[in-house]
Amino acid sequence: MNHILSVLIFFPALAGVLGFVVDKRSARAYGIAVASVELILALWLWLSFDGTNAGMQFTEFSPIISQFGISYNLGVDGISLFIVIMAALITLLGIILLDETKIANMKNMIISLLFLEMTMMGVFVALDAIIFYLFWELSLVPMLYIIGAWGGPTRVYAAVKFFLYTFAGSLIMLVGLLSMAYFYHLEGGVWSFNLLDWYQLNLTSDQQFWLFLSFFAGFAIKVPMFPFHTWLPHAHGQAPTIGSVILAAVLLKMGTYGFVRFSLPILPDASVAFTPFIMVLSLIMIVYTAMIAFAQKDMKQVIAYSSVSHMGVIMLGVFAMNAEGLGGSIFLMLSHGIVSGALFMLVGVIYERRGTKIMDEFGGLASVMPVYATIFGVMLMASVGLPLTIGFVGEFLVLLGFYKVSVIGTIIAGSTIIIGSVYMLALFKKSFFGPLTNEKNKNLKDLDRRELTALLPLVAIVVWLGVYPKPVLGPIDNSVKALLVQMEEHAQLESTKEAIIISKKEAK
Amino acid sequence: MLEPVNIGFAELHMATLMPMLIAIGGGLLILTMDLLKENLHKSLYVMVTILILLVDLGAVLGLEYQKGFFDVLLIDGVAILSQVIMLVGSILFIPLALTSKRFHEYSYPEFFALFMFMIAGLQFMVSSDNLILIFIGLETSSLALYTLIALHNRANSFEAAVKYFTMGALAAGFFTMGSAVLYGISGSLELNQIAVALQSRMDEAGLMFLILGGAGLILVAFAFKLSLFPFHTWAPDVYEGASSPLAGYMSVVPKLAAFVVSMRIFEMFIELHIEWVQTAILALAVITMTIANIMALVQEDVKRMLAYSSISHAGFVMAAVALATVKANSGIFLYYGLFMFTNLGAFAMLWVSRHKDRVHHARYDHPYDKFSGMIKIMPTGAVVMALFMLSLAGVPPFSVFWGKIYLMSAAVDAGFFWLAIVMGLNSAIAAYYYLKLIVYMFLKEPTDLVNQETTYYNVSKPLLTILGFAVFVTVGSMFYVDPLLEHITEMIKVSGIGFN
Repeated sequence: MNHILSVLIFFPALAGVLGFVVDKRSARAYGIAVASVELILALWLWLSFDGTNAGMQFTEFSPIISQFGISYNLGVDGISLFIVIMAALITLLGIILLDETKIANMKNMIISLLFLEMTMMGVFVALDAIIFYLFWELSLVPMLYIIGAWGGPTRVYAAVKFFLYTFAGSLIMLVGLLSMAYFYHLEGGVWSFNLLDWYQLNLTSDQQFWLFLSFFAGFAIKVPMFPFHTWLPHAHGQAPTIGSVILAAVLLKMGTYGFVRFSLPILPDASVAFTPFIMVLSLIMIVYTAMIAFAQKDMKQVIAYSSVSHMGVIMLGVFAMNAEGLGGSIFLMLSHGIVSGALFMLVGVIYERRGTKIMDEFGGLASVMPVYATIFGVMLMASVGLPLTIGFVGEFLVLLGFYKVSVIGTIIAGSTIIIGSVYMLALFKKSFFGPLTNEKNKNLKDLDRRELTALLPLVAIVVWLGVYPKPVLGPIDNSVKALLVQMEEHAQLESTKEAIIISKKEAK
Repeated sequence: MLEPVNIGFAELHMATLMPMLIAIGGGLLILTMDLLKENLHKSLYVMVTILILLVDLGAVLGLEYQKGFFDVLLIDGVAILSQVIMLVGSILFIPLALTSKRFHEYSYPEFFALFMFMIAGLQFMVSSDNLILIFIGLETSSLALYTLIALHNRANSFEAAVKYFTMGALAAGFFTMGSAVLYGISGSLELNQIAVALQSRMDEAGLMFLILGGAGLILVAFAFKLSLFPFHTWAPDVYEGASSPLAGYMSVVPKLAAFVVSMRIFEMFIELHIEWVQTAILALAVITMTIANIMALVQEDVKRMLAYSSISHAGFVMAAVALATVKANSGIFLYYGLFMFTNLGAFAMLWVSRHKDRVHHARYDHPYDKFSGMIKIMPTGAVVMALFMLSLAGVPPFSVFWGKIYLMSAAVDAGFFWLAIVMGLNSAIAAYYYLKLIVYMFLKEPTDLVNQETTYYNVSKPLLTILGFAVFVTVGSMFYVDPLLEHITEMIKVSGIGFN
């Protein structure tokens, strides 16, 4: 199947269009069916993926605006493969978790989710900057609707803030992309937005500096890096469960993925030059948001801030510029997607039962909802980074990689594992242990079949990849090394080459 | 004693004049029909108008690159391209007269005749480099347009027409004064000869002062016509007073004609390396797009919001005139070609819901409230309107996005990185007010006044057809931008306007 990537992108979109015809009452089932097929397609992609080949696979190419160098250009490598699979999985589980009795207009929700799935697939497999940008911007629209239509009391404000914040950043990124194409035009005489062409382009440090800043505007807001993170707590606070799940699990990854796919290989010198800057921002982001998380009363806000804090660890890994750090951060993107997705689902479950997310309202939940408490516990451990869970592998690799860059930075970043466990365990203690004081909590039902179907696969993945991460780490490692080799060859300055520590023998 | 000049008929190249003659003849034909038989239905006039416009379009497409009619008509790529866009826009606009409710201006054949005369005037404007003929075209089209606005029989329509007329008269005054100064410098009214004369006199001391007078006055005239800051204040009131389709039409077709003339005049100065012209236009463009965007943020009426948004888009395009490269000029046509469908579509959506009385608000016809919860009452309409809004905001892959990135890219190519960033940030500001309408339509509950009857008030098959077509063009832009751009660039190149 040569066009599997196109199928992956446009199957959900087409299903979304056809979804208008499906009857309201069957909408959720329709969504599950489509998302399952999509997941199977994504898994098939993995099966037919050649793990030893570090380059782009399943590439597709056809010109769209030939004289301006825009083409429909897709491809997948070890870096994007698993993010694509994770996006498909999270979408499916998110749809399964939707409660038909609670959500009005289920049909609109399913259609928005399917369009959102199209844009997510598109962003991660696009190899043309404009196609990437196209899906990147388009992903805002369904999310705007999901937050704005099904969110909390100030949902419209949160949705509009989310949209405008990211839209403004991306437009500056667009200027960067257009300049890239222009520089390519100056060099080679032809227009091209093809990423793989751009990888070959040699830019001066000055050009790289400004391009890096413009890309940074787009990606950093999406990640979201400190101090551009202020839109996220609002968005999470108001978004419905499914919105938060997809936002945290997949949409934020677009930012870090952008750094890996664009900033590092295209602008190696600037990336190295900016490393201290990014490092400081990331460390502030890690520590500061972890502390804010500790101060929250709302369970969902704790998870939201902890999610931002972990995104900081991912950023550290990306800018460690070595195989361990970069590979670790990609693995961490996956584990963060799984774990934070699951945590938001779990908060959603209790919110549906009680209509509140304030921790003081709970206490002693473990005695009435034992299964729920167990799953929550597993996810919480994974989030903190307990060994033998998925969270440990990535975090360990990132810190290992980052150790080579900065020892002090590693110590500060590592200390947040402690802060992380403090606020997470505090959350767990306040909500699940102690006496069951609140009358309203006495008759809470434990997880039902629908919720278990959505959550158990995530638990299984958390344990499986925590114990045996090799099948995933292998292909990631290959592609990451190739990327680093490419970066080193492409770098203009000697100091940059030195900074990119790679084991060349392994790569070859 | 002057020697008599003998010019053969064949040397006149009457074909160059044919498009205008067809439009004028068409206008007269409609008037004659009314003389012969009274009380014909508007649908007849609409269809006759469309047919004449199609014939006109055929004549335009058959034009060859040449000068004709005593060398005052200049047919080049730009002239053909702009006429094609204007005619297509007009063909889209005219069926919007066929509403289910009766708006009386469309029952007068004079409306259609005036419309034809206006098109003839616009065609003269774009296909000449003679300042007098440009002036005649400008005045013919403007006078016809003022009347068209006033025909929408309402107090604020008269106000709009008078306001527009006053401003237009002022602009005409500036234009003639500017032309006079240029004539004084160069002894000619033909732009190409003016350029030659200026080139030879560039070193003279004090000449810059005269150019300042000439170019400055003409710039003011076109700033009025293109609603550039600080001469934009008439636009929202005029758009509000005019009927919605006419407002949409005004924001595209007459403006495009004015842009073509600005391109011809100002890029001549820029190509002569008169730096301040470029700086002045850039400053006007940047201030226009920013101020209009900020004003649009605070509007309570969707039509006024769209009016300010059109001003902002005009500012965006004006920046391309300052760049004066082939790419920027192609970008202008690409932008306007795409923007036309989307903007006309958005105004047509307002037209669909236009009520005879102001049921929603004492002052406004289209307050935001009117659209609240539209998704529940008129789902397709809400989705269509949302598509237009997203396209106007520049969200890919909808049509205006391609125009935007092409212009931004042109700015980057010309070395104006800051301009590209300003354009990007302005698009981000603009996203807010487009989004506001989407929020009202999708995320709010309908008010008591919003119901089937009011939102579908004016709908009819022809309106839906035009809307459907506009949506099709807006959404499917990805598939035709490539050939379109190729044609446009080709035609700009043969016109020889702009740096390479």
